[in-house]
Amino acid sequence: MSDTQWPLWEVFVQANPGIPHKHVGNVHAADAEMAIQNARDVYTRRSEGISIWVVPAAAISASSPEDQGAFFEPSNDKPYRHPTFYKIPEGVKYL
Amino acid sequence: MTLEQAKFEYLLRLGDSSLIIGHRLSEWCGHGPILEEDIALINIALDFVGNATSLLTYAAQVEGKGRTEDDLAYLRNERDYRNLLLTEQPNGDYAMTIARQFLYDVYTYFLYEELKNSKDETIAAIAVKSHKEITYHLRHTTEWMYRLGDGTEESHQRLQNGLNELWMFTSDLFDMDEVDAILIKAGIAPDLNKIKEAWEKRVKEVVAEATLQLPTSIAKQKGSREGKHTEHLGYLLAEMQYLPRTYPTAKW
Amino acid sequence: MEDSKKIEEFEAKIAAGQKIEPKDWMPEAYRKQLIRMMSQHAHSEIVGMLPEGNWITRAPSLRRKAILLAKVQDEAGHGLYLYSATETLGIDRTELLSQLHTGKAKYSSIFNYPTLTWADIGAIGWLVDGAAIMNQTALARGSYGPYSRAMVRICKEESFHNRQGYEIMMHLAQGTPEQKEMAQDALNRWWWPAIMMLGPSDDQSPNSEQLMRWKVKMESNDAIRQRFIDRTVPQAEFIGLTIPDKDLKFDAATGHYTHGPINWEEFFEVIKGNGPCNAKRLKARTDADKKGRWVREAAVAYAAKREKEKLIA
Repeated sequence: MSDTQWPLWEVFVQANPGIPHKHVGNVHAADAEMAIQNARDVYTRRSEGISIWVVPAAAISASSPEDQGAFFEPSNDKPYRHPTFYKIPEGVKYL
Repeated sequence: MTLEQAKFEYLLRLGDSSLIIGHRLSEWCGHGPILEEDIALINIALDFVGNATSLLTYAAQVEGKGRTEDDLAYLRNERDYRNLLLTEQPNGDYAMTIARQFLYDVYTYFLYEELKNSKDETIAAIAVKSHKEITYHLRHTTEWMYRLGDGTEESHQRLQNGLNELWMFTSDLFDMDEVDAILIKAGIAPDLNKIKEAWEKRVKEVVAEATLQLPTSIAKQKGSREGKHTEHLGYLLAEMQYLPRTYPTAKW
Repeated sequence: MEDSKKIEEFEAKIAAGQKIEPKDWMPEAYRKQLIRMMSQHAHSEIVGMLPEGNWITRAPSLRRKAILLAKVQDEAGHGLYLYSATETLGIDRTELLSQLHTGKAKYSSIFNYPTLTWADIGAIGWLVDGAAIMNQTALARGSYGPYSRAMVRICKEESFHNRQGYEIMMHLAQGTPEQKEMAQDALNRWWWPAIMMLGPSDDQSPNSEQLMRWKVKMESNDAIRQRFIDRTVPQAEFIGLTIPDKDLKFDAATGHYTHGPINWEEFFEVIKGNGPCNAKRLKARTDADKKGRWVREAAVAYAAKREKEKLIA
């Protein structure tokens, strides 16, 4: 066997209840359990988290920078998706 | 023997074991099999140093002779140390370290679980904190028992050798004397026979799952309760205590 | 030939203060330089564990022992962040480590000096981490996203390293005559290596202009060195220690200290591998790697067996 590098896992940590898990970095690990433990030791040494997700890096598909225009610019001209687009007379409540 | 004397003695047993096994683990620092594992081992060592500090601080207080936790750690000789023989055994290869750690973690897991109910509030409070740490340690070492036991032929053999070699020191874990008798009666410490049952069951399960053989030799080595150690402890203490002993009047 | 239009866009992005992310286009020279710098930085963290790790088992109190363990563990963690960040440039850790083990990759010259006494642990925290932080705060503003983010995290965590080192020195300097002597001796041995670890003088440092434009380097070595000296000299005076530089003078006109000549010959010798501990440090790393191999293989074999079981079930 050649000196296999353990697979790479991306690590997501939830800092407090009720907020999303945030990507913090990655670790190498032979299996998922080890990845969670390694992530705990590396990324939560100063009580930075209450929950950890690990995902095999190979399992992540990402959009590419070249797609940036095609993917994200079309939404720039749809201001009607944002509530501030609409004018509501003063005095109307709960809208 | 008074209750306070028994308590002091018992706290040394717990505290010294943490300190010495923490020392052994810290020897891995910078030399672990992979960076992630280096970090994990230092984490565990750090838990042990913290635990030892709490226990020895309390021991010094119980003793009431004005000694500090550092006096207890740095100025006692081999024969006054009360750590388990298992904890002072050298690291050997990584399998040996894992075997030692596993046998010890299962022991402290069940022991501290009982100590959480100790009638001594300070011991109970230390046990509550430590048991969380130990739960994590045990999870870590158990996983490694599986990985090495059921990994490659080489890792299997190394781990089996480690277990076989350390097995002789396991009877020392459950040795009881007057100290235990006094504390059991006072509801401060558990009966180690009870711990032994749980320990044997768990060790057996994990060893089987890891495709290893439980050593057949009978464990006979004892002595930590009276400070009769293996030859390894002297060297360890010489290293650990060298600064405070060389500069007795210095503060650090 | 790289597309000049792409380079133009790339440089405009950096000039506008945007970060370059792993999948973005980047000039080959940028990628190469970053791999070199970042891996060198990662290796330094890992090799740096050794001189300090030396003293964990001999730390003089339980408190000092816990602090030192936590600090060295941080360094392992920082090595890990940095290897991870380097891997985003398309090179894996095994390759980076093999570059270290074969001597192809360098690490900070400072870790090739021995830690002879406990005071050296103080000196490392105070001087070496102090100098490193100067450098790292600058790098946190660099253009490569993953490196810059790793630096932010590292700087945040390292602030205690510097302080604990100074605290050790302070206790020694105010302690018994023997302790004070130990502290001064450590300062004497670590001062110049710490000054040198910030890298060669600007006139000896090639490619600086382009690297600054690309925000790979943020400040010149000499500028960082000057700031380090300006901040550190008063700290030494405060605890009654003497900086081992008889030419050191405060220049009221510039507000800076001027220092004596730096022995660059020594620096380049250490870099070349002729420092007191180069061979020892490298051997410790290669031994750990060799002895760890069967462990890494076992974990992979075990994981493969479990995967297979899952497929069958």
